[in-house]
Amino acid sequence: MATMTKKDIGGFLARQGILVAFALFIIGFTIANPKFLTPDNILSVVRSSAILGVMALGVTFVVISGNLDLSVGSMMSFSTIVVLDLHDTLGPTMAIPAMFAMTLALGALIGFLVGYLKLNSLIVTLGMLSAIHGLTLTYSGGKNMDIDDKSGTWLSVFGQGQIAGIPVPILIFLALAALLGIVLAKTPFGRKVYAVGGNGVAATFSGIRRARTVFLCYLMSAACVATAGLIQASRSMGSQNTVGQGMELEVLAAVILGGASLLGGSGTIFKTVIGVLILGFIQNGLLLMGLQFYAQFVVTWVIIILAVWLDIAAKRGRLWSPIA
Amino acid sequence: MKPGTLSSFLKRGAIWGFIVLELIFFSLAGEFLALSDKAFMDLDNMLLLLKQSAPIGIIAMGMTIVMINGNIDLSVGAIFALAAIILLDSLTWPIFAGLGDWVIPVSWGMALLVGVALGALNGLIVWKTGVDAFIVTLGAMLGYRGLVFMYNGEQPTSHLNWTLVDFAEAQFLGLHTATWFLLAVTAAIWVLMTRTVHGRNAYAIGNNREAAVNAGIRVGPHMMINFMIIGFLAALSAVVFYSESGSVNPNDGQLYELWVITAVVLGGTRLTGGAGSVISTFGGVLAIQLLRKGLGHIGADTSTVNLVIGLILIAVLFLDRQLNVKGKEELKI
Repeated sequence: MATMTKKDIGGFLARQGILVAFALFIIGFTIANPKFLTPDNILSVVRSSAILGVMALGVTFVVISGNLDLSVGSMMSFSTIVVLDLHDTLGPTMAIPAMFAMTLALGALIGFLVGYLKLNSLIVTLGMLSAIHGLTLTYSGGKNMDIDDKSGTWLSVFGQGQIAGIPVPILIFLALAALLGIVLAKTPFGRKVYAVGGNGVAATFSGIRRARTVFLCYLMSAACVATAGLIQASRSMGSQNTVGQGMELEVLAAVILGGASLLGGSGTIFKTVIGVLILGFIQNGLLLMGLQFYAQFVVTWVIIILAVWLDIAAKRGRLWSPIA
Repeated sequence: MKPGTLSSFLKRGAIWGFIVLELIFFSLAGEFLALSDKAFMDLDNMLLLLKQSAPIGIIAMGMTIVMINGNIDLSVGAIFALAAIILLDSLTWPIFAGLGDWVIPVSWGMALLVGVALGALNGLIVWKTGVDAFIVTLGAMLGYRGLVFMYNGEQPTSHLNWTLVDFAEAQFLGLHTATWFLLAVTAAIWVLMTRTVHGRNAYAIGNNREAAVNAGIRVGPHMMINFMIIGFLAALSAVVFYSESGSVNPNDGQLYELWVITAVVLGGTRLTGGAGSVISTFGGVLAIQLLRKGLGHIGADTSTVNLVIGLILIAVLFLDRQLNVKGKEELKI
């Protein structure tokens, strides 16, 4: 292909727009502030993105299966509060499995409602957002949760530990990303997830148990949320009831940025990781440039819409929508 | 009896039946559990309930038409907060100092204009880019909230204008100002949806967009108008509420989209668009406020309210699906 037509370039930009924009951001930020691309800064960005990232991995499964999960934020608050509370009564060895069991039970409930009862996932998880928030408040009695003996417990490993100079949250995030990436791309279950999200009717006719696949996706999401809650609890050793509030939006933003279609059937774990990193680096870059913390919300808004717009513009072959 | 008559009767009457059940339950339970001696069905209490329904109710009317149109708006809570800040802040701007109390209509106008503009921006993006309204308004929920925080940091914005407070606290024919606004908005939106071309087209677009396009209906402008209306109503809800309270926190209005959508879904509006009624939404709003107030009456705290609301939303979704099984939805899968 010797000559590239204007249309090819446009198509390339639209398809890989996220990566191009990301590269431009990185170059811009690096010129504006030399500190941006130092190992220290990179590590700190990835570390602070790890909790969001772990949650985004699970939500990727849910989104590819054609559903939504808006309850991950309040579910994360729940996990964090529960593990902190149980830590002082049961000790860390028992508290962590107990917390995982409780979070998975919530995930199973959502999976049952959306998968087996076929209820609209947007409304179910919106309802669960509120219900789990209420559950957390009831559980904690509205009080902040703190660990009594903060220095004498190995719970701190997950959030504050380091192995070979790399913070443990990053290792958990990357290990989980690799594992779930393989599950999604290389296993029959992963293919079923794509099939169910791509065309649920066709998947059902070809013998895939749609309900079970969706159920398992929500279970997966809950497991990721529990892991995120564990990292959060371990990092701060104490928490408010609302620690995860609003995170469902950022998680969804990262997944959409990565290019997963909300209609289901497309997206990959790798792309979600990219989406998480883009969000993290852009927020960090804006802070380094001296912008107000809250400006990042506005920038994230613009980026989400641009990303999705470019994505569908590439698919339909024209920039503006055909809506009259 | 034609098939489906029973289910449609059940559906239409369900919300009012639910309200009656709530009234009976909380009145009885209140006898044993209430913290105060006053009866739940006390007239003053019911009038207060109407007034307290206004902030959610006014926005819910806008959400009804947006959802009938086949879209959704998650940014209403943020628009609510931004309009409130513009209202309270602009009351003190030096350029308006010479106006005296005439600053009130100016500030109201500006807050409402901001609401319309933000709604129009949402609508324009949905129309021109073709990005799903869910994503557009999800982004806007974040972006508009960012603007709220950038305006005044984490500080509350406060200003009490006593003329305004008197107006907001006034009662006319026994009903509070906020209640009148809620009733007026409900009536206006009812007329809009049942008696105008725009309303009929909105139903048509939500029911079957392709058919609507083929029938020559211009989908884009109708969607944009509906987003402008909900933006306006979110701002109206804010100016009515904050005229009285006089102080807004940057977090105010958070989770309003949840309450509003719950009220609309309770009222039987379909998420996929094409069906829904303004009057039933009014019932949904009352049902939710009754629940909040009733649970408070029998001594439950906000955490229980959150829990119950979430579960009821899911239960309603389930019941609605069960009642619809015999209908045409079966074909859609």
